[in-house]
Amino acid sequence: MDINDLRSIVTVAGLLCFLAIVAWAYGKSSKKGFEEAANLPFAEEDDHGPAGDRRAIAETKESK
Amino acid sequence: MSGTQTTYNDKVIRQFSVMTVIWGIVGMLVGVIIAAQLVWPELNFGPWLTFGRLRPLHTNAVIFAFGGCALFATSYWCVQRTCHTRLWGGPLIPLTFWGWQLIILLAAISFPLGITTGKEYAELEWPIDILIAVVWVSYAVVFFGTIATRKVSHIYVANWFFGAFIIAVALLHIVNSAEVPITLTKSYSAYAGVQDAMVQWWYGHNAVGFFLTAGFLGMMYYFVPKQAGRPVYSYRLSVVHFWALIFTYMWAGPHHLHYTALPDWTQSVGMLFSLILLAPSWGGMINGIMTLSGAWHKLRDDPVLKFLITSLSFYGMSTFEGPMMSIKTVNALSHYTDWTVGHVHSGALGWVAMVSIGSIYYLLPRLFGKSGMYSTGLVTAHFWIATIGTVLYIASMWIAGVMQGLMWRAVNADGTLAYSFVESVKGSYPFWAIRWLGGVLFLVGMIIMAYNMFKTMAGGKVQNVPVIAPAAHHA
Repeated sequence: MDINDLRSIVTVAGLLCFLAIVAWAYGKSSKKGFEEAANLPFAEEDDHGPAGDRRAIAETKESK
Repeated sequence: MSGTQTTYNDKVIRQFSVMTVIWGIVGMLVGVIIAAQLVWPELNFGPWLTFGRLRPLHTNAVIFAFGGCALFATSYWCVQRTCHTRLWGGPLIPLTFWGWQLIILLAAISFPLGITTGKEYAELEWPIDILIAVVWVSYAVVFFGTIATRKVSHIYVANWFFGAFIIAVALLHIVNSAEVPITLTKSYSAYAGVQDAMVQWWYGHNAVGFFLTAGFLGMMYYFVPKQAGRPVYSYRLSVVHFWALIFTYMWAGPHHLHYTALPDWTQSVGMLFSLILLAPSWGGMINGIMTLSGAWHKLRDDPVLKFLITSLSFYGMSTFEGPMMSIKTVNALSHYTDWTVGHVHSGALGWVAMVSIGSIYYLLPRLFGKSGMYSTGLVTAHFWIATIGTVLYIASMWIAGVMQGLMWRAVNADGTLAYSFVESVKGSYPFWAIRWLGGVLFLVGMIIMAYNMFKTMAGGKVQNVPVIAPAAHHA
């Protein structure tokens, strides 16, 4: 087998791998996990920052 | 710690945050000096303070000292807060801070002395390169050690970006810095000819892609949602554009070597991948800006959010401009002109500096036990001064760059060059003066930030914030 065949295979495998990632990311099964992950920054309760932040955290809690 | 609750390690974040502002001022001051040297060449005091020696000092100071400290500070904050655990790594943590400061100090001494490898953005000589490798590997151990000891099941997307940035920069630095030492202060690259050029720009462009993009996107994915008070617009999009960036960036480097001895097909590959990069770049920009969807009113009176969202706008602009400039026929006009300098600063001032400044403004009051910055008015003033400075800088460089490109390629009917090189220099003077003014404004903004920072720190009580209880998450 020519080295160029190997290069082509790697390129195609890379594309398929990326398409698999897209399918996984937009699939139903990952939805819940992503939602949990997206809310990780808001788990902090004792965030002593500006008042606006505390309001925001309260908002996200309500929506849960 | 027995009997008491574990606290976050915020000490190292305080150190890096303060040094971000200090090195920002130093690096931008050197930038203003070299911009002034182009307008008033008498300002070259030599040989130590000439343009050629100060220019690498400027680039290294703003990228690695200012940007680097900002990345250390924000990644250490983000990884602890989203992994619900204390920073892991014991003595390696202070080593990353003091080691990084030592590297910066050595750079500030060695560049004016003329000690350089001559590789752009990798000018530091081999003993410092080894020190960088040691500090960087320690950083990786601390960061991934913290991820490994996390108390939650998910790894938040910002940590993916920070992690990719840390791994890729280690890889780039070690490969590109392979060199043969001759003396303590002189080495030669392990590569030769066009291979050396290609390795250098594989490094150079991925330094942009992973240091100046992936790292700061990590910053964006934590601080934009936090400051906006809502989760990221689309977590799915963040996953997809993360992997798209990782798959694509590594191949874009050849666009720095259009019309050189690099094989033509390699140049075309570089151009193609650069064009593809537009998609994942804009994916990140859209995701960041749309996080504010439904809460646009917050932009009106929150200067920190202004910094963050404006940075994303500049990120979108410069990642549109970049692929356009990588097209060979456009590059034939833009390369070697001030257009490139303008493009870089659209990214550096508009994106990298603004997202860092916004994030550090978010951190400072929290790190020093205050309810907010000493003066919100001064933050707003900083925002407008920095924005005007950036626009002046970019616009003047665009005009100067396109003018230079057109003058250099203009030919008379008989095929001779219409302009001598020095005529394009003469024509550039007014724009170099405007660029200098833009830089001065940006520097003034940073000095305002330093004043505001020290006022915020004054009398502040440094508290050890307890790590969030694991039960709070899996509710």
